[in-house]
Amino acid sequence: MRFNTAPAPHLAPTGSTRRIMQWVLLAMAPGIAAQLWQFGPGVLIHLALAVATALLAESAMLRLRAQPSRAGLSDWSAALTAALLAASLPPIAPWWITVFGALFAIVIGKQLYGGLGYNPFNPAMVGYAILLISFPKAMTAWLPPTDIATAHLGLSDAWHAIVNRTGPEGASFDALAMATPLDTLKTQLGLGRTMDEIQSAALFGALAGKGWQWVNLGYLAGGLWLLRRGLIAWQIPAGFLAALGASSLGFFLLEPQSYPTPLFHLLGGATMLGAFFIATDPVTASTTPKGRLIYGALIGSLVFVIRSWGGYPDGVAFAVLLLNLAAPTIDHYTRPRVYGHPR
Amino acid sequence: MFTLHRFHGGLHLNAHKEDSSLAPLATAPVPPRLIFPLQQRGGQNAQSLVEVGDHVRKGQVIAQGEGPMNPPIHASSSGVVSAIEPRPLPHPSGLADLAIVIDTDGEDLALEAEARPDYRRLAPDELRRIIFEAGIVGLGGAAFSTAVKTDPGHRAIDTLILNGAECEPYITCDDSLLRNFPLEVLEGARILMRVLGVERCLLGIEDDMPEAIRALRETQQAGDYADIDVVTVPALYPSGGEKQLIRILTGREVPTRGIPADAGVVCQNVGTAAAVYRAVVRGEPLIERIVTVTGQGVKNPGNWLVRIGTPIADLVRYAGGYSGTAERLILGGPMMGIALPSDALPLVKAANCVLVTGRGETTGPKEALPCIRCGACAEVCPVNLLPQQLYWYSRADNLQRAEEYQLADCIECGCCDYVCPSHIPLVQYFRAAKGELVAKQRERSKADHARERFEARQARKEREKQERAEAAQRKKAALAKPDASEIQDAIARAKARKHPLESAPTAPRHERFPHPEVPHPEGEGEQGCSDFHVDESPKAQEPAEN
Repeated sequence: MRFNTAPAPHLAPTGSTRRIMQWVLLAMAPGIAAQLWQFGPGVLIHLALAVATALLAESAMLRLRAQPSRAGLSDWSAALTAALLAASLPPIAPWWITVFGALFAIVIGKQLYGGLGYNPFNPAMVGYAILLISFPKAMTAWLPPTDIATAHLGLSDAWHAIVNRTGPEGASFDALAMATPLDTLKTQLGLGRTMDEIQSAALFGALAGKGWQWVNLGYLAGGLWLLRRGLIAWQIPAGFLAALGASSLGFFLLEPQSYPTPLFHLLGGATMLGAFFIATDPVTASTTPKGRLIYGALIGSLVFVIRSWGGYPDGVAFAVLLLNLAAPTIDHYTRPRVYGHPR
Repeated sequence: MFTLHRFHGGLHLNAHKEDSSLAPLATAPVPPRLIFPLQQRGGQNAQSLVEVGDHVRKGQVIAQGEGPMNPPIHASSSGVVSAIEPRPLPHPSGLADLAIVIDTDGEDLALEAEARPDYRRLAPDELRRIIFEAGIVGLGGAAFSTAVKTDPGHRAIDTLILNGAECEPYITCDDSLLRNFPLEVLEGARILMRVLGVERCLLGIEDDMPEAIRALRETQQAGDYADIDVVTVPALYPSGGEKQLIRILTGREVPTRGIPADAGVVCQNVGTAAAVYRAVVRGEPLIERIVTVTGQGVKNPGNWLVRIGTPIADLVRYAGGYSGTAERLILGGPMMGIALPSDALPLVKAANCVLVTGRGETTGPKEALPCIRCGACAEVCPVNLLPQQLYWYSRADNLQRAEEYQLADCIECGCCDYVCPSHIPLVQYFRAAKGELVAKQRERSKADHARERFEARQARKEREKQERAEAAQRKKAALAKPDASEIQDAIARAKARKHPLESAPTAPRHERFPHPEVPHPEGEGEQGCSDFHVDESPKAQEPAEN
């Protein structure tokens, strides 16, 4: 009898790239839900806009590059990039911010480098950074958390705010916006206020920034689930959070009136989203076990440096992009010892 | 309590052991035809000792290999040699090479066996000779000559490891052997310990083989086998890999590019130990082995005691034939086995399993997506490589980098391939890159060899020049006697007149093509001698100058 041959191994592989992307998207759900609860439905609109733009851009670019576009789209990586970008945007950012960011992320950040697997920089963060540098005003106008907000936006209010730039029922659009706790902190510290004075404001909650603490806890929950499923390596978030926690603790203990608590850092800004969802992007991160720990720790430290002394209130995007650049070098110097080689 | 060590990575696979291990061991009948490929390690063919038409008996040596790496091949039943002709080899290429074909006569007439029940009185060298002459090779799959492996030379060995950790899914032939012949394995271990001169033997067995473990323990208690430690190791692919098992049981590692003996260990498959016992104590050569026939593609999976040389088609027939869904024929396990194009191939000594997979039991053609560097491959790699980097370099044809990342240490176990979410056939890439590396190394050593030859030649030329100069000095000194010089001068003058044109180039030509074998006649290299050099030397020096 004749048989068809094939090279070993003959067992069918278990995982798939698409499944990984889908799971990571799913793991974002608690964080997005917290954003929805704390900052209104704007995040959903940005999510839809970003995903639609990203898929269209991905499809067009694949066609231009004469690549099979169905296979390229079916890996869900463009959707994930879009979701990560959307989750980082202010809930009432104008619609073109999202469209431009998603376009830039996919076209320049990903496809021009050769598509999935070949991009040296995290595409979502490339998109975010270009937006932050180009449109700082729109990118820092956040909403107050639901606790202290005077106006609560419904879905259509949010839509009008994002598309038509109008406030709800005659309220002025500009009155809606509010700086983030990290932003406020930076401004106030710059004015010579003490931490005690700053933190007495309504924007600050029991753990960290009001609203933001819940968003961070949401992403933490999703991230822990990713860890449990073995979809991300523990070293990156562990290194990230340990370094951010340790450096903020050190300075907090030295000068408690000039530096916020470690908890404020850990549950503030984009910390948990960055530690579990952004820094862990496998394509652009370090891939050796030791390298991942170093990579994560350097991002965490850099986030603290940028937040404390840099020009921007938060530093996750820039820290990640800088370390993307260093990842190949880190990998090179952290190769594990191969069996049978001298210890 | 025995401390087990860990190797990096590994996979928990669906074992499928009970597919074949539940049925009792069956003995396969003598097939109508036996086929013995003559191909041996090192590429050359073994020398056939029989001719077409010869009648052979069971146990008779029918082919002799070259050197200790290639033990003889024995007829596994009696019959008539019907052909010595090219037959397809058990290799994915389906290439054919010479094989001896025996039409069996059903008599199963055996040669007289020389039993040596008291092997304790035999010297290690004598035991090795018996092992070699019985045609024993490693039965775990690599078919490495056991006589060579049990002769570690100057290396100090302190431990014999018996490999009963049958880690690949589906395969249960060692399990079956240990259940049915525990005494032969333990006695074989004793003989191997004597050959190696070691006091300690560790028998590693995976914890998902409880029956085999029980059989071994019972036999151990009944006899006196305190020097053999039966150690259960957690089932984890590829714990039965030689390097991995050595690490698990001893904590030592086989140095890269080294052999287990460099770590003070010799590792043998349990089946090999049983074959050694039979060869030494009963005088039986290696002519049969246990083979697992399994998978959804066969009707009655199980283990069979089969004659070496039995065509796979016959064995499958004994196992009830193919079920309707038979899709792929694999010799070996699903992780490292080779898919065969045809079942006309014979079972060779290394054949441990015939796996006929049914529809959907194995993977179809894989559609690879780009690598996302998730590192899942690195997590499971049992030698701690970074397959994601190796893949990158193999694809980019950057062999130097691939070598730097220790491509040569890859054991091709398939773990990385199995976990890759992008379905990249990593092992294939690595196998190809390794092949290229070997070719490059061969090229390099060829170039090295040429350079050495060139340098040796240069040195030789230099030496000869010096010797000639010394000889000329001596002669000059001898000629310096006043009465002789006038005569010599006269001769020289006469010569110059006789060959006014040729005499000038003679010396430089001679310089250019010296020849060590030609003795320089007194009176210095004249016409004839110089011609000889001109003819021969350019050819001789060709390779060095290219």
